[in-house]
Amino acid sequence: MTEPQITLYRLQACPYCERVVRTLNELDVAYRSRYVEPMHSERNVVKRVSGARSVPAIVDHETGVTMSESANIVEYLRGTYGDAAADGGRAVDAEGGA
Amino acid sequence: MPDFDVVSLPEPDHVDEGDAAPDFTRPLVNGEYWEDRSLADVVDGPTLLLFHPMDGAFQGTYLYNTVDDHGWSDEVDVLGVSISTPYAHKRLLADSGDGVRIFSDPGAGVIEEYGLAHDIDGMTGVTESRPAVFLLDADRTVEYAWVAGEHPAFPDAEAIDDAVANLVD
Repeated sequence: MTEPQITLYRLQACPYCERVVRTLNELDVAYRSRYVEPMHSERNVVKRVSGARSVPAIVDHETGVTMSESANIVEYLRGTYGDAAADGGRAVDAEGGA
Repeated sequence: MPDFDVVSLPEPDHVDEGDAAPDFTRPLVNGEYWEDRSLADVVDGPTLLLFHPMDGAFQGTYLYNTVDDHGWSDEVDVLGVSISTPYAHKRLLADSGDGVRIFSDPGAGVIEEYGLAHDIDGMTGVTESRPAVFLLDADRTVEYAWVAGEHPAFPDAEAIDDAVANLVD
C-alpha cells in the first residue's frame, strides 16, 4: 500500500481540523487521518511530531514539512499544491530543485 | 453438568483453521491515536487476532490481562476487535494490553463477516461478538481458531500458548 503523502492529526468534530480537510479535498491531496483525544495530556504523539499538542497538525512526507495551526496549514497547502494540483504535484519537485 | 447456567450458542458458521482471515478496514487504536487500517496492511508476521465483548465487560479486561501475563505480544503481533469506540479502546489500553492494538467495529460488520455475531439478551439493538481467537500467519492463513460455543466462555490460554509456540518456532 502506498502511504498518503500527508498525515493529519485531528480531533473529532474540531472545526479547525475540518477546515484543513476541506482544503485537502479541494486540492485533491491524499491524506491519512490520525485521531487523538480532546485532553491535551493525551496528545503526546502530536507533541512528538510537531513540537506542540495543538491540532490540527500535519506531516507532509513529500516535503518533510510539519506544521500546526489551521490558517498556516491552509496557506501552506494552497502555496504548495494549489497551482500544482493540475500537473500532479510536479511543482513541488520543481520548487525543491530550484 | 455444571451447577450454574451456561447457555449453548447455535453452531456458528465462522472463520476456521485453514481459511484466509477475511480482510477488512476499521479504525485501529493504539495507545496514542487511531486511524483506518486494513487487516491485510497490518499483518506482516504471526498475528493473534482476538475478538471480545465490548470494553468494560470483564471478559475484555480478563483477556488483556491474560495477554500480558502470557507475554503474547512479545512473540506475535496482538490485535483485538470489539464493538466499542476508539475512546473506550484507548482507556482499556491505558490499563492493560501492552503493545496491543484494537480495531473498533461498532456496527459489528466485521464480527458478522467472521461469523461471530451474538445478540445479547437485554441489550436491544446491540450486536455483540462471541469471544474468539484466531492465530494468523504472515499471509493471514488461520493456523489456530477457537470460537466460544457457550455463553459465557473463555479462551484456553494454554492452547494459545502452544499454538503461538508452534507457529513462531
